[in-house]
Amino acid sequence: MLDDFLTRAALAGLGVGLAAAPLGCFVVWRRMAYFGDATAHATILGVALALALNMSIFAGAMIVALLMALTVSALTGRGYAMDTLLGVMAHSALAIGLVAVSFIQGVRLDLMSYLFGDILAVSRGDLVVIWGGAALVIALTLWRWQALLTATLSPDLAHASGFDPRREQLVLTLCLAVVVAVAIKVVGVLLIAALLIVPAASARPLARTPEGMAIIAAALGGGAALLGLYAAYIYDTPAGPSIVCVAAFGFAGTNLIGLLRR
Amino acid sequence: MSLVDIAGLTVRLGGHTALENVDLAIMPGEIVTIVGPNGSGKTTLIRAIIGAVSPAAGRITRAEGLRIGYVPQRLSIDRTLPLTVRRFLNLPHRRDPAELTEALTRAGAGGLESRQMADLSGGQFQRALLARALLDRPDLLILDEPTTGLDQPGSAALYRQIEEVRRTLGSAILMVSHELHVVMSASDRVICLNGHVCCHGTPEVVASAPEYRALFGSGTGGALALYRHDHDHHHDHEGHDHA
Repeated sequence: MLDDFLTRAALAGLGVGLAAAPLGCFVVWRRMAYFGDATAHATILGVALALALNMSIFAGAMIVALLMALTVSALTGRGYAMDTLLGVMAHSALAIGLVAVSFIQGVRLDLMSYLFGDILAVSRGDLVVIWGGAALVIALTLWRWQALLTATLSPDLAHASGFDPRREQLVLTLCLAVVVAVAIKVVGVLLIAALLIVPAASARPLARTPEGMAIIAAALGGGAALLGLYAAYIYDTPAGPSIVCVAAFGFAGTNLIGLLRR
Repeated sequence: MSLVDIAGLTVRLGGHTALENVDLAIMPGEIVTIVGPNGSGKTTLIRAIIGAVSPAAGRITRAEGLRIGYVPQRLSIDRTLPLTVRRFLNLPHRRDPAELTEALTRAGAGGLESRQMADLSGGQFQRALLARALLDRPDLLILDEPTTGLDQPGSAALYRQIEEVRRTLGSAILMVSHELHVVMSASDRVICLNGHVCCHGTPEVVASAPEYRALFGSGTGGALALYRHDHDHHHDHEGHDHA
């Protein structure tokens, strides 16, 4: 069954969709949308480094994503104008990454697949990494759920309850880096943030509790991955962008439902 | 034995000294109010007690197994976060439904369980926060300007609720307040803060201290006089009823 490239693609999309969406809820609640974008864009630099050093793309992307996320985390709340700083860092890292890739011979043609994903080329090995990463993220989110939620509401409430909100922030940062790294193959660095944010934002009008929102977001994210892939197959469109398009239609749909319910 | 004992506390925030050499002890069951102008370090002191900022010097000793209930000054819940009151009270620990009902009733917020936090009125929101703080039956209830954004009847009702909590649970109460007439009537002790402890003692002592008058001016004297008048009147009224 895994010999079929479409089956592998579907499994890859499903794994990333399921892990990204609940994490995306925190990204939305904490207003970190741009943070996700910046981390994702920076990973192209990681891809370049991985190609240059002849190491795994996942590892390179993961390391740079983590460094970027940690840097941004550390600078948060120190009086910097965050949107400006993130803009500078995200696009600088993207540009440096693109320039760095051009120095490496023979990979210039591959660049598109890192920018927009290459889900149809997912190998069995990739699947193991993607599902391993997704499982790690889902497990971490579930384990820290209550603490993460409290820290999201108010860092001071977290302190008063006896745990350190900075540690929870670190867990989120780590999860974000993992998701970004494993999602490169699926949607590419330019569209990763969409997989985080769009399903979460689509789930909001339908949810009454944080858990409800996370579960609905995971369902929508997984569904968008499968449906988008199917659409790409039928209409011969690029797979990554098709997945995001389906997610976007989902957003329009649920928000319409939300409006009609009022 | 004091619940919290603070000695020589100095806190620096980003290079500026927010608190300097603060001493404070809170005894079981007493109501201590912190007053002071904006930027005088009131919230910083509270954040130091709950462990959200670490002291640059001095120490904060909490009694063994001390249970603290904390009501933050402001809690803005993002509209994108769906959260019922029941779910909010279950953070960060899951609770027995009966416990939730009891805490909500105690805080005067009975029946709000399934409402969305974002849809509550200002007074209901503060009561939901209070209910959450009461879940552990705290030895010390800390409130940072609990009546921010409430109108006068609303804040009076909330203070009565807090007083009721102290009576039934026996919790000590440490609060920051701007409402000087309430402070003066309801507190056992008042700490007047301005980066350091300017003066402290019973409301009468603080109100007549020159440091306090220097900070709050003569308007305070008027407020206090007004309060005293009310207070006398109240007693007369009671006497009348009994007769």
